[in-house]
Amino acid sequence: MSDREEEVRLMKGNEAIAHAIIRYGADGYFGYPITPQSEVLETLEEQMPWDTTGMVVLQAESELAAINMVYGGASTGKAVCTSSSSPGISLKQEGISYIAAGELPALIINVMRGGPGLGTIQPSQGDYFQTVKGGGHGDYRLIVLAPATVQEMADFVGLGFDLAFKYRTPAMILADGVVGQMMEKVQLPVQRPRRTDAQIAEQCPWAITGRAESRGHRNVETTLEMEPNKMELNNHRFQETYRRIQENEVRYEEYYTEDADYLMVAFGSVARICLKGIELLREKGIKVGLIRPITLWPFPEKIIREVGQKTKGVLTVELNAGQMVEDVRLAVECKVPVAHFGRMGGIVPNPNEIVDAFYKEFPEAK
Amino acid sequence: MAKIQGAVDIDRERCKGCGLCVVACPCDVLQLQPKEVNDRGYHFAYDANPDACIGCGSCASVCPDSCFTVYRLVLKEA
Amino acid sequence: MTKEEIKKNGTVVAAKPRLITDNQMHYCPGCSHGVVHSIVAEVLDEMGLADNAIGVAPVGCAVFAYNYIDVDWIEAAHGRAPAVATAAKRLNPDRMVFTYQGDGDLSAIGTAETIHAANRGENIAIIFINNGIYGMTGGQMAPTTLEGMKTATCPYGRRVDLNGYPLKIGDLLAQLDGTCYVTRQSVHTTAATRKTKKAIRQAFENAMAGRGTSVVEVVSTCNSGWKMSPVKANEWMEEHMMAKYPLGDIKNTVK
Repeated sequence: MSDREEEVRLMKGNEAIAHAIIRYGADGYFGYPITPQSEVLETLEEQMPWDTTGMVVLQAESELAAINMVYGGASTGKAVCTSSSSPGISLKQEGISYIAAGELPALIINVMRGGPGLGTIQPSQGDYFQTVKGGGHGDYRLIVLAPATVQEMADFVGLGFDLAFKYRTPAMILADGVVGQMMEKVQLPVQRPRRTDAQIAEQCPWAITGRAESRGHRNVETTLEMEPNKMELNNHRFQETYRRIQENEVRYEEYYTEDADYLMVAFGSVARICLKGIELLREKGIKVGLIRPITLWPFPEKIIREVGQKTKGVLTVELNAGQMVEDVRLAVECKVPVAHFGRMGGIVPNPNEIVDAFYKEFPEAK
Repeated sequence: MAKIQGAVDIDRERCKGCGLCVVACPCDVLQLQPKEVNDRGYHFAYDANPDACIGCGSCASVCPDSCFTVYRLVLKEA
Repeated sequence: MTKEEIKKNGTVVAAKPRLITDNQMHYCPGCSHGVVHSIVAEVLDEMGLADNAIGVAPVGCAVFAYNYIDVDWIEAAHGRAPAVATAAKRLNPDRMVFTYQGDGDLSAIGTAETIHAANRGENIAIIFINNGIYGMTGGQMAPTTLEGMKTATCPYGRRVDLNGYPLKIGDLLAQLDGTCYVTRQSVHTTAATRKTKKAIRQAFENAMAGRGTSVVEVVSTCNSGWKMSPVKANEWMEEHMMAKYPLGDIKNTVK
C-alpha cells in the first residue's frame, strides 16, 4: 500500500510516531537512543525518509546536542522534532527553555520511564511536574498532549506540529512507556509534502533562512535581552500566547460523567485501565465517571470543576506519587475530597487495584 | 618612480582609543588625542602627521572598531 | 597635496566593511573580536554570501555578534553552536552556515558538540577565538588558560596539578577525519590579519563546497581580562600565547 493514502497497520506506539513524523512532512528529526523510545529513531533510520521526502534524520551525540539541533532547525522555519525518555528529557530542558523563549515551533516527544535518577526502563508518568510546570528555567509553558492509544501517538504528531506552528511555541507529546511499547491497530495519515523554501519564507517571516538581502532586512533568533523593560515585554508576549492557548486548545474526553456520583481523572494509558475499573464499579451500581485530560497543559480545569464539584469525591490515578492530583484539587477548588492512587517504579495497576483504591478512599460508596 | 600619498578619515565616535593603529602605522602618522575625548570619553586616534601617510591600510586592518577610511593616490612623476 | 585633494583624486583602499553595522561594538578597547568581525564581514561580502549566510553566535563576549555583522543569525545556548549549526546546515544545505565561538564556549562547555560536529564533517566553518580566558563573565580561567597565567579563578596562576593542562583543542580537532582544514591564526598585525582573512575565506569556500568542517582558530587578546593595555596584550600574546599555540595550518586537506 502506498503512503499516498491512509493506511491501517499494526505497530508499536513508538513506530507509529516515527511514521507519523515522516507523513506529516517533517523536515528533520534529531534523536539519541534511550529506552523505552529508541524505536522512534530506529524506525526513522529504517524508513530512510531522506530518499523519499528529503527529511533529515540524525543521531546526535547527546540529548543536549539533539535538542539544540531542534532549536537550530526550528530557527530556520523548518518542522523539526526530537524524542527521548525521562532522563534524556531532563537533559533537553535547557534547549526546551530556549525554544520557548525563542518563540519557535518544535515537537518534543517524551515516552516516560520511571525515575528519579536512572530509575527504571518501565513505564511511568513521573514527568508530569517537569512537563506541565516548566522543567527548564524561566516562565514558559509547553503545549502538552497525552496520548492513550497508538492511534493518538500517530495523530498527536500532526496536532502537535500544527499547534506549535500556530502559536510559535514548543509542543510535547507526553506518553508513558505503555503507549510507546504496546502494539495496536493504527490508521496512518496521508503523506503530506514538506514545505518549500518559498512557503517557509511566506508562512514564517521570522525564520532565519539566510536570505537577509532578499528579505530586505536580517532576521535574528535570540533569547537574550539585556534591557529589563524589553525583557518584561517579551515575557508579557509569551504570557499572552499562553492565555490564547488556554482559551482555545483545551482537549479532553469524558466517560459516564452525566450521572456520575464520583469522578476519576487519569491521563495516558492509565485512563484506559481506569475505564475498565469504572465499568466494574458500575456493574455494582456505583456511578463513577472519568475525565481523561488530553492536553495536560492547557489543563481542562473547567470541565473538571463543573463535573467534579457535583460529585461526592474525585480520585486521580497516575503512574507517580501524585502530581496531576494537585491540578485536579485546584480545579475543583477543594469543594469535594480529591484523593490520589498511584503506582511507581514501573508498575502499572490493574483495574481491580483501582477499584480497591476507590473503595479505600470512598468507603461510603459501597 | 611613482609617489604614493595617502590619507585617513577616522570615525572619532566609533574609536575607543585602544592605540593599536598607532603601533601598526609604519609611518608614525597616528596619535591618540592627548586631551580631547569623544562622546564616550575615549581619547580617539587622529592623524597627527598626515603628510607621512602612504595609504597602506595597516591602521584599518588592525582596528577592532572599523573606524578607518583609507585613501591612496598614486602620483606619476612628470 | 592636501588631504582633501588626496581623498578626491585617490581611491578608497580600506573602509568599514559594508556588512558591519553602525552599532557601537560593546567590546573593550583593543579587543580582537572587532577585527575578526570585520574580516568575517568582508569575506562574506566578497564571496557574495550576504544573502546566503546564517551565523551562529555563542555565549561569551561574542554573544552580541549578531548586532554587528549584518546577516541572519541564530544565538545559541552556551557551547551548543555547532549543534545548532549542524541542523541549520543540514536543513538548508546551500546556505553558508558558520559558528563564531570563544574558547570557553568551544573548548569547555561545548567540547562535545564541537568535536562531534567536526567528526561528522558538518559542512560548516567554525571561527574560534582563543584568548585563554573567559572575557564576558570577568576573566575566569578557561581550558586554554596558560600554565602560570593569572585569572579571577586562578589568582595565583594556573597550576596543572589543580587545573590540568592548557587544552590545544585545535590540534585535537585536526585529528578528526571530518575536518578538512584546521588553522591557527592571529590578528595582531597587518600581516596576521591578511593571513586570517585568507584562512576564513578558505574555510567558507570549504563549507560551500561540502568538503567537511573547517576550523579557524584565532589566537587573540583579552586585554581587560589579562589586565594589560591593548598594545601590551599583543606583545604578551606573541611571547606567551603563541609559544603554546603556534600559528599556521594544523591541517589542510584541500590543495
